[in-house]
Amino acid sequence: MATRVRLPAAFSAPGTAVAVQPGDQSERPAWLNAVDRFGDFWIVAVLGLLVLIFGLLNTRLFTKGAWLSISNYSVEYLLVAVGETFVILTGGIDLSVGATLGFTGMVSGWVMQGMLNSNDSGLLTTVAGFAVALGLGAVVGAANGLVITRLKLPPFIVTLGSLTAIGAAPSLINGGTEIPTLPNQLASIGNGAVAGWIYTTFIVAVVASLIFGLLLHRTRFGLRTYAIGSNGLSARRAGIKVDGHLVWVYTISGFLAGIAGMMVMANQGVASPLSGQNDELDAIAAVVIGGASLFGGRGHMLGTFVGTMIISLLVTGLVLVNVNGSWTEVVTGLIIIGAVALDQVRLRLAEL
Amino acid sequence: MASEMMGPPEEKGPQEAGDIRAAAAREREGREAAATDGAGQAVPGCHALASSLGAPSDGGESGVVKGTPVIAVQAITKHFGSVQALRGVDLEIHGGEVVGLVGDNGAGKSTLVNILSGGLQPNSGSIFVQGRKVTFSSSLEARRLGIETVYQDLSLAPDLTVWANIFLGRELKVKGPLRVFGWLDRKAMAASAEADLERTRIRIQSVSSLAGRLSGGQRQAIAVGRAVAWGSRVILMDEPTAALGVEQQERVGELVSSVAAHGVPILLISHNLPQIHRLCDRVVVLFRGQVVANLRPAESEVDEIVSWITGAALGARRSA
Repeated sequence: MATRVRLPAAFSAPGTAVAVQPGDQSERPAWLNAVDRFGDFWIVAVLGLLVLIFGLLNTRLFTKGAWLSISNYSVEYLLVAVGETFVILTGGIDLSVGATLGFTGMVSGWVMQGMLNSNDSGLLTTVAGFAVALGLGAVVGAANGLVITRLKLPPFIVTLGSLTAIGAAPSLINGGTEIPTLPNQLASIGNGAVAGWIYTTFIVAVVASLIFGLLLHRTRFGLRTYAIGSNGLSARRAGIKVDGHLVWVYTISGFLAGIAGMMVMANQGVASPLSGQNDELDAIAAVVIGGASLFGGRGHMLGTFVGTMIISLLVTGLVLVNVNGSWTEVVTGLIIIGAVALDQVRLRLAEL
Repeated sequence: MASEMMGPPEEKGPQEAGDIRAAAAREREGREAAATDGAGQAVPGCHALASSLGAPSDGGESGVVKGTPVIAVQAITKHFGSVQALRGVDLEIHGGEVVGLVGDNGAGKSTLVNILSGGLQPNSGSIFVQGRKVTFSSSLEARRLGIETVYQDLSLAPDLTVWANIFLGRELKVKGPLRVFGWLDRKAMAASAEADLERTRIRIQSVSSLAGRLSGGQRQAIAVGRAVAWGSRVILMDEPTAALGVEQQERVGELVSSVAAHGVPILLISHNLPQIHRLCDRVVVLFRGQVVANLRPAESEVDEIVSWITGAALGARRSA
């Protein structure tokens, strides 16, 4: 978020003294400007505060085990939240990411099991598994995007339909039971940790969020994603092919759900029909906590990352302080409401 | 002096936006150099466009072909369901002209502007650009022919910076391998946007400010500055001074005159009739979707324009 600036009157020639315009910062109290400068990144302070609170309550938070637990938990949510960020920035929503994760994982697991049973090499099988999951995820996302744009249906309804339909599909594969026969190469991704501190799956998730963060914040595609969410009509008038762009955005969301599906499989060592259930809620929560507006046009990939880490920290932190796991969801819900409320207050202050 | 306030006339064919922009910058430099000689120079962008459309390229001072309207519409009709918004509208705009388009609410002004800017397609009738019949299936096609619009709603994305708003749809990409990924040349766009606004005497302290954080007047100024920066053939302005104070309205007025003086005609919609009367070479009055008067302010008073807008003059003529 850009900081507020002192603005002279429009059209004034260089050096011309002009009256103070409405919204000019020079009239505003210093504390309001400080709120502005804090910008969207107040959420980083919330993360720091949570670390402090849980750390004071139980110093085990600062151990390697706790860190591995938090980072490992964040992997699947971070991946789906990165895709969800693109969608939410356009003013849409993708409720099907969790179902897509489970579906792509099961299909990929089923294919890999078949290949291993045919004595294919583990490496080839793993590559094929990735291709299937990522490709299928992209296809599901593209289908969502096409239905939304061609039939002019609300993203909420379309992806709710996908969630229901695709969510049921894993139970039709392999009799709805887990697929345990997976290549060792995939398991090694799930078990591998650099210097014992950083899981390979976490590196995959962070690298993916970096790459898609650059796509969002540094490229034409990203700028147009913001533009569509900020003012769709002006984007169309500017010559942006909004419908085509939206199809790509939902494709990215599905693609990342596919990567998440593979990472979950690598982590668990099995393909489970239960994977990904309700992930969409945590992903949306992470994006919103990260400062994105559900109306579109506002948000940041760094915010999404921090939002994901907050949710992951809550899950581990509440366990560490011996709070019943169900409270995690209660607290997460309250934080979502609090984050949106605080953001609204900040926006209203910015208007002063 | 006028040339300093003038935006760059540019050709915007189906090329890459960055290439267009670079070519435009070169053209602009050349034109400004010519202007300092005091010679009445042609407008290169318009010349190039005229040539590309098959029109003679030896236009006069303004760079547009004398006698051939830069843009014209014939017998345009448009209806929305049972509502007839335009009924056989004819209109011609010549190079260097400032044409006022006035009418009461619902007279069809914005509908006509939307048709000229490619946002709406007429039910019947024709549009001619430099004498050649064209059809616009989108705003982009109109913009590619050098037709820029200042929309009543300003058409700005509040969450984007000023420079991003100016370049949206025509973004500059970096040179080198990252170009393949659509990597934006943010510095170049910011610098160019700043220069464009400076040229049009629109002062924003930082072009990196979010458009939504600016005052209403400043947002309007950016919408006007964007149109002037890109509009090489004709600029359509739908209530460009609605949110402006008196001093800023004067600035827009100066801008309109200086742009027209360089051969780029302007179609100006405004409810500010004294301003219309002062700025325009011609005033076209729409009444219930039809052109009912084509007045020259030099020969008509504001009251006469008002009587055409309200239909009183039409009634009087019929009864006579």
